[in-house]
Amino acid sequence: MEPEQPSPDTEQESLHEEAHLPPPTLWPIGFAIGIVVVLVGLVIDPLLISSIGAVIAIVFGILWARDATAELRGEPVVVEPERRDSVEVDEATAADQQGVAETPVTRSVFLEGATLGLGAVIGGLIVVPVAGFAALPSFLGQTVQKVDLGPISKFPVTKWFIATFISDPSEGEVSRQTAFIRNNGPVANPDNPKEQVPSFTIISNHCVHLGCPVQANGPTGLKFTGTPSFKEHTLNGPVEFESVIPAGYGCPCHGGQYDPEGNRIAGPPVRALNRFSYEIVHGRLVLGAPYSVSHVVGTGATAQIYKYKMAGPGQHVDGPEQWFYPLQPPQNQ
Amino acid sequence: MTTTYRRKPTKGELRRQKMEELVVYPFDWLEERSGLIGGVRYFLFRNVPSDINWMQTLGSAALTAFLVQAITGVILAMYYVPSADLDPHTGQPVAWESIVNITDHLTMGWLVRGMHKWGASVFIILMFLHMGRVFLFGAYKYPRELNWIIGVLILVMGMMEGFTGYLLPWDQTAYWASVVGINLNGTAPFLGPWLAQFLRGGQVVSGYTLTRFYSLHMLVIPGAIIGLITLHLYLVIRLGVTSPPWSKDAAGGEPEEEEARQLRPGLTRPVPRPAGASPMQAEPGGRE
Repeated sequence: MEPEQPSPDTEQESLHEEAHLPPPTLWPIGFAIGIVVVLVGLVIDPLLISSIGAVIAIVFGILWARDATAELRGEPVVVEPERRDSVEVDEATAADQQGVAETPVTRSVFLEGATLGLGAVIGGLIVVPVAGFAALPSFLGQTVQKVDLGPISKFPVTKWFIATFISDPSEGEVSRQTAFIRNNGPVANPDNPKEQVPSFTIISNHCVHLGCPVQANGPTGLKFTGTPSFKEHTLNGPVEFESVIPAGYGCPCHGGQYDPEGNRIAGPPVRALNRFSYEIVHGRLVLGAPYSVSHVVGTGATAQIYKYKMAGPGQHVDGPEQWFYPLQPPQNQ
Repeated sequence: MTTTYRRKPTKGELRRQKMEELVVYPFDWLEERSGLIGGVRYFLFRNVPSDINWMQTLGSAALTAFLVQAITGVILAMYYVPSADLDPHTGQPVAWESIVNITDHLTMGWLVRGMHKWGASVFIILMFLHMGRVFLFGAYKYPRELNWIIGVLILVMGMMEGFTGYLLPWDQTAYWASVVGINLNGTAPFLGPWLAQFLRGGQVVSGYTLTRFYSLHMLVIPGAIIGLITLHLYLVIRLGVTSPPWSKDAAGGEPEEEEARQLRPGLTRPVPRPAGASPMQAEPGGRE
């Protein structure tokens, strides 16, 4: 066993920490704050904030100087009188109490805390922006591009088309998407029954199981459908429309099946296919943000669509399972 | 440490002795300043139970597989371009074209890419076999539970390497596998949609997905694996190798053996050796 060494902290502190120094004072801290305000003011408002900072720095500077030169000027220095507890206790409990109750913040303890604290501050200053840059761009500033699909007069009434388009020209080919589109013909505007407005059914081809592309189950092209396919050059570049008579949609990945309105009829999907919102701008069909659909009752223009905020594939939007997905990331639709 | 010669050393013997000194000198220099030679010697020549068998080499095999992945991956990164843009001349995605270039045009590219591609499966398979050995030998029991946990983390990281690496060829398989894989993560309750959007770098798979998967695949996850492997090996050295279950040595060892184990030098204690002895001279040779 090694001989017990006296604790270096307490022993050396008591040897060297006699009051050779002037008593502690808060004035330098105020002075430093003043300087910081001056510098911040140079950035924000040199006239007002820097002036305030200068006043703070000068006032505290003077107080600090007065304090430091008190001895020279012959003023009595106020030193807190040293106190010794005269209560006698046996050594064990004395050591105990030193450990628990009266632990003085020694220099080494202070330095240890300061090092850890400063390290934490520096680490935080580095980690926070880096972590933010890693995560936030995925969530903020996300926009849904509107997709111009050309004049609605090109779409024969009640005919289905497989439309393939670039949803974001700046992203290029990787943003190519597919939708199944049917012109339902003009219907009465619910707000103004005398007016007739166009109606479209636009179903996304993203399977709501895990996002594979569903295919239309049925014949395609002029020969089998009797309707010509066509191409359009729009603001989003070339868009292809292939005529089709879908008996439903099927997913090649895991076998999910849907009816022509997108209702799930078999397989692993958890809801109906997503649909695109749309608007008619100067007689042209423009796709907006997609939305989720739990199910659809009826068909075409009279279909009752149970519409929900956009959710990812495999996520329930209705029923008790929807409580598993209470909060969707921001989507800026 | 003087050795008496029965006869005067010949010229040849003297030359040989000089040569030995010359070879040993740099190692001695390094050892004196770092203790690294002794550390490596301790790592390589530590005691293991006498009845271990070939099953206990699966961990080293998995480590070797990881090193192969790391080395081939570094070289592949010199030629691979993680860009989803289309090459204006060919109309093909740049990332995919760079893979074609590595495979079909660059000298020995097919070999290194093949090593990386098939080595990935080898790494995962060896990790599972190693895990099976540890399980069947009961080597996950006290005091090695923590090493089992670290091993599981390495396995998870290895699978994340597989997931992120799969997107990089940027072909149809890669794209749709990643779409499905990310959406699968998205179905996790509560935070799933957020995780999926983070992995995608947005609402849809795009060029951002490719670049972030590349960064995760070649920097973030390998770094984590290297750190975890270091911890894994440290614990293997500290705790020692387990005997097979059929071993005649009782688990835990004899009391005096236990004592010896506690005092056995590890990374936390310096390796004792006679003062002044060179670590390269296991047996003092015929010189001063």
